[in-house]
Amino acid sequence: MSSNSAKSATNETDTHQVLTFVLGEETYGVDILRVQEIRGWQAVTKIPNSPPHVLGVLNLRGSIVPIVDLRKRFNLAQAEYTAITVIIVLTVRSEAGRRDFGVVVDGVSDVVDVEAGAVKPTPDLGSRAATDHIRGLVSIAERMVVLLDIDRLIGAQITEPLADAAVLAEAARAA
Amino acid sequence: MGMDLAQFHEAFFEESFEAIESMEAALLKLDVGAPDPEVINTVFRVAHSIKGGAGMFNFSDIASFTHTLETLLDGVRAGRTRLSTPIMDLLLKSVDVMREMLRATQRKESFDPQRVADLQFDLEVAVAKTSAEPPAVAAPAPAPAPASPAPPAAAPPAAAATPGAAAAAAGASEWRIGVKPLENMLSRGNEPLALFAALAEHGELSVEASVEEIPPLASLDPHRCYVHWQLGLKSTVSKEQIAEAFEWVEGDCDYTITPAGTAAPAAPSAPAATPAVAPADTPRVAPPPAAAASAAAPAPAPEAPAAAKAAPKAEASGGGDASSIRVATQKLDELINTVGEVVITQSMLAQLGALAEGPSAERLRSGLAQLERNVRELHESVMRVRMLPIGSAFSRFPRLVRDVAQRLGKQIDLKLTGEQTELDKTVLERIGDPLVHLVRNSIDHGIEMPDERVAAGKSAAGTVHLEAFHRGSAIIIEVSDDGKGLDCERILAKARSRGLVGASETPSEEAIFELIFLPGFSTAEQTTDLSGRGVGMDVVRRNIKALGGKIDIRSTRGKGSRFTISLPLTLAIVDGQSVCVGEETYIVPLVSIVESLQIKASGVNRLSNAGEVISFRGDYLPLLRLHDLFGVEPRSRAVQEGLVVVAEGDGQRVGLFVDDLRGQQQVVIKSLERNYGQVPGVSGATILGDGSVALILDVAGLIRSASRRAAA
Repeated sequence: MSSNSAKSATNETDTHQVLTFVLGEETYGVDILRVQEIRGWQAVTKIPNSPPHVLGVLNLRGSIVPIVDLRKRFNLAQAEYTAITVIIVLTVRSEAGRRDFGVVVDGVSDVVDVEAGAVKPTPDLGSRAATDHIRGLVSIAERMVVLLDIDRLIGAQITEPLADAAVLAEAARAA
Repeated sequence: MGMDLAQFHEAFFEESFEAIESMEAALLKLDVGAPDPEVINTVFRVAHSIKGGAGMFNFSDIASFTHTLETLLDGVRAGRTRLSTPIMDLLLKSVDVMREMLRATQRKESFDPQRVADLQFDLEVAVAKTSAEPPAVAAPAPAPAPASPAPPAAAPPAAAATPGAAAAAAGASEWRIGVKPLENMLSRGNEPLALFAALAEHGELSVEASVEEIPPLASLDPHRCYVHWQLGLKSTVSKEQIAEAFEWVEGDCDYTITPAGTAAPAAPSAPAATPAVAPADTPRVAPPPAAAASAAAPAPAPEAPAAAKAAPKAEASGGGDASSIRVATQKLDELINTVGEVVITQSMLAQLGALAEGPSAERLRSGLAQLERNVRELHESVMRVRMLPIGSAFSRFPRLVRDVAQRLGKQIDLKLTGEQTELDKTVLERIGDPLVHLVRNSIDHGIEMPDERVAAGKSAAGTVHLEAFHRGSAIIIEVSDDGKGLDCERILAKARSRGLVGASETPSEEAIFELIFLPGFSTAEQTTDLSGRGVGMDVVRRNIKALGGKIDIRSTRGKGSRFTISLPLTLAIVDGQSVCVGEETYIVPLVSIVESLQIKASGVNRLSNAGEVISFRGDYLPLLRLHDLFGVEPRSRAVQEGLVVVAEGDGQRVGLFVDDLRGQQQVVIKSLERNYGQVPGVSGATILGDGSVALILDVAGLIRSASRRAAA
C-alpha cells in the first residue's frame, strides 16, 4: 500500500475519504465511513440455496455476517481465495435497518481523499448496463476509480442477485 | 429553579406504573367486609406518591385526580368511609383511569377528560357522602388502655382527621407542634431545619429542643438524630396547611399538631420504656403518646394527636425490598453478546491449550480449566439477569378474573402458584396474551354457573388454577379449572358439520381435543364479548409455538380441564445435536428429535414420484436427504453408510438423512436474518467452539420446503 496521491485537499469540506480496493483489473472505492473492518480470508459456512455471489456466513465478534464475492457479483472471472485475499466488512443502511456484510476483494489499495467536484457521473451505457450501484467515477493518480454506492449494491435484499454485471468494467473504461 | 425535570419523567412514569400495579393488586386483596388497614395504607401510599410526583412534574390533571382519590382513601383509612363494593369498583376504575392518564401523558397524547372528570366527580360524591355523615368516631375516643396499642392506624387518626377536628382547629391562633425525627430521617436526606423554615413561613415560630436522649459520645451514632422539638407557631393557618410542611418528611418523622391552649399532649417523646431505636416491625408512632395523652387528659376527640398519620409511611420505608437498579434491555443484550464471545474465545483457547507442549503446558491447561469454570459461571449469571419471575405476568389475573366473573355472574376462586418461577424476559412478555385467553376460556366455557355447580355436587365457586414450575430445561405453565371439561361430542359434531372430520371417522379423545386448535373453531353457542374476539385457540397455539413451546390439553367430562404449556427456559439457548453432512455441521434442536437410527439399504422404499420413505415403528416416514435439500456434497449417498435422524415438526415426522452425528451441546442462537435474511429450513445460526458458524435447522421448515420441492 503506497501512500501517494490526492491527500492535499483534506481540509476541503466537500472532501470525503474513500477506501480503494482492487478487483481484477479495476479499482473500486467505498466510503471509508461504511467500512467496519478489514480482515484476512477465512473459511465461511455455506448457506443452503443462496445466490451464487453469497459465499456464506462468518462469525464477526458474535454476529453472523454474510460474505459476498464481488467478483461473482460483477461477473468477473473467478479468483482463488488465498492468504492475501481480503474481506472488507461494510455497513449498509436501508429501510430494513442497518446490516453488516463482508465483500471479498483481491486486495486493498489505499485510503484517498476525494473532492466532490472531481467525481464524474457514470456515462449512459444503454439498457444493458444498470449502473445504479455506481455513485460516480473519479480519477486518482491516473487511475480510474469506480465509486460504489453500497446501499444500492447490496441494498435491503442481499439475497437478490444483481441484475446487471459484466458491463461495469466497460462502464469504467468508457468513462 | 431552572432544573430540567423532563429527564426524570421516564423514571416517574415507570415507577408510577409499577406503583399502580401494586395498588391494583392490593385492592384486589382487600376484603370488603373486613379490610386490612395495612393494605389500605399501601393503596393510600401509592396514590399519595403519584400525586406528589405528578405535582412536582406539573402534571396537574393527574395530581388533581389523585388528590381526590387520596382524599377518599384517607377517609377509608380513617374509617370515615366504609369500604363497600361500589367504593371498590370506584377505586378499581380509578386505577384504570390513572393508568390511562399516565400512559397518555407519557406518550404526550390526550386522554378523555370527560371520563376523568366523571370519575373524579363520583369520587368526590363518595367523599362528600361520608363527610356528611355524623363522624361516628369523633365521639370522645375511649382512652385506649396503655397496654393495648393494637390498631394504631385505625382508631386514633380516625379521630384526628375527622372534619370535626379540622373545623375546631381552624379557629386556633396558636399551634403547638411536636416533632420527633425517626432514626433514619437524617440519612434519608431530610433536614429538620428546612422543615422549621417551612413552618416559619406561616408565622412566628418558637423552637424548643429536648436533648435528654442524646447518648454519651462513645455510643453516639452521628447519622442519627437524637433531638426532638416542641414548636410553637403563632398563626391562623389551618392544621392541614401546617401538615403540608410535613409532607416530605412523612415516614421519617413523627409529629403532632395541636391547637395551643388546650391540654396539648407533650411532644411525642417516647416514654423512657421505649427505646429510641424502635425495632422495625413495631408500630413506631402513635400508641405511646396517644395513650399517654388520653390518659393524662381525657381530651375530646379533636385534640387527639394526629401523630398516627405518619404511621403508614414509616412502614413503607421499613419494608425489606431487595434493592435493585433499572438497566436498559439493550445494555443487557450487549452484555449477553459479549459474554457469548468470551465463551467462544474460551473454548478456542481450550482447544489450543490441549495441543500445547513443553514445560509450562500443564500450568497453562490448569489455568484454562479454571478459566472455563469461571466463564461458565459468568455465562450462567448473565443469562439469569434476563430471567424474571412469572409473577409479573400472573399479576393481571386477579383483576381479570374478578371482572370476567362478575360480568358472567359466576363465582371464581383464582389460585396462583409458582409466581417465583423465572423465565426469559422475552418469553414472559409474549406469554401474557395466550394465558389471558386460556384463563378467559376457562371461566367462560369451563366453569359452570353457581346453581349448575351446586346441582352437580360441586361448590358454588369454581376454581381456576394458574401454576408455573420448572421441569427439566422447560418451564411448565398450567391453566386448570374444575369446571365441566371439554365436551368431546359437541366438538366432534361441530368438526363434522364443518367437514373437518369425516362422518365415518371416530378420532381418539386426544385427536378431538386437538381440533379446538384449528383456526376458526369455536363451540361457544353464542359468542360473548369474551370469546369470539377473533383470537382463538389457534392463535394461542401459534404464539406458543413461536416461542418454541407446545400446549397440551387434558380434560375429564364434569371434572375440569387442564391446559399445559411447556416453554423453553430461554429463547437465546437451545439444546442441540450436531450432525454433519460432508464438510458442513448443522444443529438439530433436541426437542424436535425423536430418535436416531441406522437403516439398511433395503429399509428405504421409493414411492413412484413422491420420493423415498422409511419404515419407523410401523409407520412410513418420508426420508429427507439433507444434502439434496441444501445442495451439499455428502460423504456418501448410500443410506447404510449414514444415519437417519427421525425428527418432528408441525406434528409431522420425517427421517433426516445425514452423514454422521457429533456431540450434543447447548448453543446460543444468533440471528441470521439481521444481516442476511430468512433461509428456508434454517431457524438461525450459532457459533461453535472453534469460532466457526453452524446453522440451526428448523425441522418444520425443512418439511415444508421438501414438500414444495416435491410438488414442483
